[in-house]
Amino acid sequence: MRAQPVLEVRGIRKEFPGVVALDGVDFRLFPGEVHALMGENGAGKSTLIKVLTGVYESDGGEVSLAGQTVRIGGPLEAQQAGISTVYQEVNLCPNLSVAENIFIGREPRRFGLIHWAELRRRAAASVAALDLDIDVTAPLNSHSIAVQQLVAIVRAVDVQAKVLILDEPTSSLDRDEVRQLFTVLRRLRDQGVAILFVSHFLDQIYEICDRLTILRGGRQEGEYLTSELNQTQLVAQMIGGELTGLAELADATRTEPTGTSFLRAEGLGRRGAVEPYDLAIRPGEVVGLAGLLGSGRTEAARLLFGADQSDQGTVKIDGAVTALRSPRSAIGHGIAFCSENRKTEGLVGELTVRENIVLALQAARGWTRPLSRAAQDELAIRWIRALDIRPNNPEALIRNLSGGNQQKVLLARWLITDPKLLILDEPTRGIDIGAKTQIQKLVAKLAGDGMSVLFISAELEEVLRLSHRVGVLRDHRLVAELRNDGTLTPERIMSTIASGATS
Amino acid sequence: MKLVTGHRLFWPAVVLIALLLANLAFTPDFFAIRLRDGHLYGSLIDILHFGSPLILVALGMTLVIATGGIDLSVGSTVAIAAALACLHISESDDPGSVGTVLTAVAIALGVALLLGAANGVLVARIGVQPIIATLILMVAGRGVAQLITDGQIITVTSEPFKLIGGGYWLTVPFSILLAAAVVLFASMLTRRTALGLLLESVGGNPVASRLVGIRAAGLIGLVYVVSALCAALAGLMISSNVSAADGNNAGLWIELDAILAVVVGGTSLNGGRFSLGGTVLGALVIQTLSTTVYTIGIPPETTLVFKAVVVIAVCLVQSPVFRAKAARRKSGARHGNRPVASKKLEVGA
Repeated sequence: MRAQPVLEVRGIRKEFPGVVALDGVDFRLFPGEVHALMGENGAGKSTLIKVLTGVYESDGGEVSLAGQTVRIGGPLEAQQAGISTVYQEVNLCPNLSVAENIFIGREPRRFGLIHWAELRRRAAASVAALDLDIDVTAPLNSHSIAVQQLVAIVRAVDVQAKVLILDEPTSSLDRDEVRQLFTVLRRLRDQGVAILFVSHFLDQIYEICDRLTILRGGRQEGEYLTSELNQTQLVAQMIGGELTGLAELADATRTEPTGTSFLRAEGLGRRGAVEPYDLAIRPGEVVGLAGLLGSGRTEAARLLFGADQSDQGTVKIDGAVTALRSPRSAIGHGIAFCSENRKTEGLVGELTVRENIVLALQAARGWTRPLSRAAQDELAIRWIRALDIRPNNPEALIRNLSGGNQQKVLLARWLITDPKLLILDEPTRGIDIGAKTQIQKLVAKLAGDGMSVLFISAELEEVLRLSHRVGVLRDHRLVAELRNDGTLTPERIMSTIASGATS
Repeated sequence: MKLVTGHRLFWPAVVLIALLLANLAFTPDFFAIRLRDGHLYGSLIDILHFGSPLILVALGMTLVIATGGIDLSVGSTVAIAAALACLHISESDDPGSVGTVLTAVAIALGVALLLGAANGVLVARIGVQPIIATLILMVAGRGVAQLITDGQIITVTSEPFKLIGGGYWLTVPFSILLAAAVVLFASMLTRRTALGLLLESVGGNPVASRLVGIRAAGLIGLVYVVSALCAALAGLMISSNVSAADGNNAGLWIELDAILAVVVGGTSLNGGRFSLGGTVLGALVIQTLSTTVYTIGIPPETTLVFKAVVVIAVCLVQSPVFRAKAARRKSGARHGNRPVASKKLEVGA
């Protein structure tokens, strides 16, 4: 059946300054299959897609199409070679008609002018070929996002695509729309198109995909038939199999703090971001949030900080219903939030370490009540020493510090405001092991002193080591809340992530 | 050495000194300052005197640019302030009295405050892009100024008003003292309070600033008000110096010179870190350029080209990326095949 892959990639390597994004990745795609590319954010999925579509030039390895080695020099060449891509955000012109969008850049012409009747006729034919019922003369933005997504696919396939790459096509679609999309995909598959499908939704992968390739940290972890690998095994492969050496987690057995909650979320949710969830955090308690990247962990946390507005449910702080309209009001209630995106949402790169440290405190005071320079220096020096920030120069520009030290500066920024609840989103991602251990110790100590901590991390070992309870998210839903009573293991969390059931 | 060349003000200062020395080569007594009738005279004094309005406008512009915005309406604000003040004085029964002039100044500043607040609301509350929001007033403001002056040039004869832009105080042109006072006030306002830090944070990373709880809207509104007030003061200076308000030409294109001054002074158009000292140097560079054009006898029709060339040179010499490239070219192609990170030039457009 499988004579020859339509697309084959061998030993692809791609480096960015300081990072190896793809390290000798192999990948095969056969005609007439839907193939899932799996991996967490940062595993190299997007980079691989961009190499295949010619957006990036690879630093090594080779790509062959139907057995012939090719060099894909750019997106246009990729398209001419039969590789079409539909990106997560619909990449079309919303103000043009559906027909114009399908043929933009390659309109049928007559006497040098666009042959409109022919264009509409052919567009209608392309749409009908996929059993879709779309008015091709209507502007694109008069259709739903799902239909726009389908139009993008029609356009992609219409250029005689042999390979169709779909990057997170379902993230903004509801259940029925996903079904409609899958019907189209199956039809295309039966016509012999090879489809590469990227999604965070495990159930969808199992519904539509025949085979899957797993990437982790820029390396290929394996290629499986979907029927051969159950969801737990898949999640384990994506997160990393190093589940040994967990014996040291004996100290995870800890006494759960008692007393009334500092913060309690009841039915808190936001459409399209996270389904309504309940969560309570007591003083001195560390609550972990586990789940794959993109499962809604960050979205859940942002609601508690007022960074996004919830559209349902309430937050109670010390028992009183409180509207968290903005980060500023959350800060006023003693809540602090370290974003997972240090560079874009945390640091002000061209300011110094000192200025970054005092920023939250100064913002709370307002511009008319400045901290004196002496007070700033004192705070900066104290926290640089306490958190072992290097270099220990408060006047260094923060963008020149390493990731771990930048993270410590952000921690210091919030700790000087003396928060009651500290929300840490991936505080240890991408930082070296030394800084990581220091941050973990600090979190444990802060909780010991009575601070509430919401700790989000993709590393289950870390979540287990620190948390009293672990909330598990899957597909934007808080599916379980597990007590870390000494019997909780990464495997159990993983199987909860995979199955979505409370085990 | 590195400490000196690495300082933010190093390159603007080098350029200014180079320009002044170039003038000295053409005009041997360029640096001479004479005391005549109790007034100081000389080319350097002229540069400061004629540069004062630009310094004021550029100061306000610096704060706006620090937030990542831009204020194109300052030229129109100059014209409106000038028109209002001159109209009030010319229609008053006693144009020479100090009271009349103070009222005129108050009217001009009061209206400028409203204009700045309108810009601020458009940008910070309604979310209009700064370049569009201020373009509205830039275009409409000229018309408003014309309406105020009824399309005429209003001339005034008022000794106290003449002082602001054309008079002397303690042997020094009053406008220089006024500009210096505003520079001092602005640097106190930004560096002795936390305003400077918070502005730099908002301009440097708006998302992060929101997440640390900075109320950006109020700060952004404030800088547009400050910018309009600075422009109004400049308008008073300009009209006072010529004892007339010309709705058509007062402050024409001064917004562009001000933006240039800010950029030459080393503040990035992307927002964030700003330097008031750099802006003052930048404004002086621009003014010195104008003076140079006359002293070395460049034909008037090529004046703008000459200015453009100097400004490009200044921007390039300040850009770390450009300097790194130039240095690499000089040291040979040893690191030649390393791709250059696609970092934006720090000085922006």
